[in-house]
Amino acid sequence: MKVAVLFSGGKDSCLAMHKAEQEGNTVVCLISIISKNKESYMFHVPNIELTALQAKAIDIPILQVETVGEKEKELDDLKNAIAQAKEDMQIEGVVTGAVGSVYQASRVQKICDELELWCINPLWQMDQIELLNELLTEKFIVCITGIFGYPLDESWLGKTITKETIEKRAELQDKFKLNPAGEGGEIETTVFDGPIFYEKINPKKTSTEYDNHAGTLTIEEAELVPK
Amino acid sequence: MILIISLCTKKHPVFFDEFVKPIADCITEPHEVAHYTEKFDSEKYSKIILCGTALKDDEYLKHLDKFEWLKDTKKPVLGICAGMQVIARVNGAEIHEAKEIGFTNISSDHVLLKNTKEVYCLHHLAVECPKGFKKIAESDICLQSIQKDKIIGLLFHPEVNNKHLIRTFIEQ
Repeated sequence: MKVAVLFSGGKDSCLAMHKAEQEGNTVVCLISIISKNKESYMFHVPNIELTALQAKAIDIPILQVETVGEKEKELDDLKNAIAQAKEDMQIEGVVTGAVGSVYQASRVQKICDELELWCINPLWQMDQIELLNELLTEKFIVCITGIFGYPLDESWLGKTITKETIEKRAELQDKFKLNPAGEGGEIETTVFDGPIFYEKINPKKTSTEYDNHAGTLTIEEAELVPK
Repeated sequence: MILIISLCTKKHPVFFDEFVKPIADCITEPHEVAHYTEKFDSEKYSKIILCGTALKDDEYLKHLDKFEWLKDTKKPVLGICAGMQVIARVNGAEIHEAKEIGFTNISSDHVLLKNTKEVYCLHHLAVECPKGFKKIAESDICLQSIQKDKIIGLLFHPEVNNKHLIRTFIEQ
């Protein structure tokens, strides 16, 4: 079916898109909600503006919509964006990267139901370590661009997810009950390359903000380079 | 050997990962996965699980003849969401519109569910209780669970936040 992907530019939306394509769906547009609220309940925040460049690299049109990020208003903005994609691109379904968040998944399910669209969650309930390993197997290049919570520190910012990073995350999961894929919001990621990319992202200038186990790596400038 | 049956429409195989794989991931014992349209001998398996499917997918209800085996089986069966709907339909019960999306609260005195309060629902159809079955859990909106002998139906999705219910079914 023709689908739109709710696209944050992070690992979950990229892997969900890849799985949806592998199962025969055609992604005709990406939808990114740019929340002005840094603590949005629904939407991934760091480097969300980079989604326009990522969409170029993936070679699929993107619909970027700004929201002030108030709890229920951001859902109205999301619904309007999906409705626009249905009108303009004739989508039949929406793909999300939801893994375990019932808050996110049930709200998108309700919006899709109201708009008579299929709601597709290819990563739903997926084991977190399996998810990280699948990103590696599928050759996604995933950079950690946000950390939010003890014992994560500045050294994690800018790291690419590798076998070693996954092992370290698994250790922290056991010791500190951290969710290894960060879906609880402890880590945010930005994807630079992968099987859905025709070109890759090369970050040219970055800046870091960090204080007391909370920090972000902002990609100030980036370019597309051939793979 | 445990049998997990997918009720997802074959038109959209993407739903397998969302509705069947999370059930299979709960089961460490030897198991096989089949689609409801395939031929299988239900008596060959120790336990059978019928999985749910997407909110917009009602295709399984057009193929109730594929579930006739449910009338005669002596094997323990767990029907989840769409699975509970087919258990009810092949046993003569009616279905009706009743939408629940997200967490809902249930009440039950049944040994399996008495400590389960909050469950995840994703359905727009609910069932009447078939003849010979007991109602074992309800929400404010509709019947959430039915049982007859070794056959149990759950309208909610235990694979979300209540995986222990699947383990209990497998282990008991």
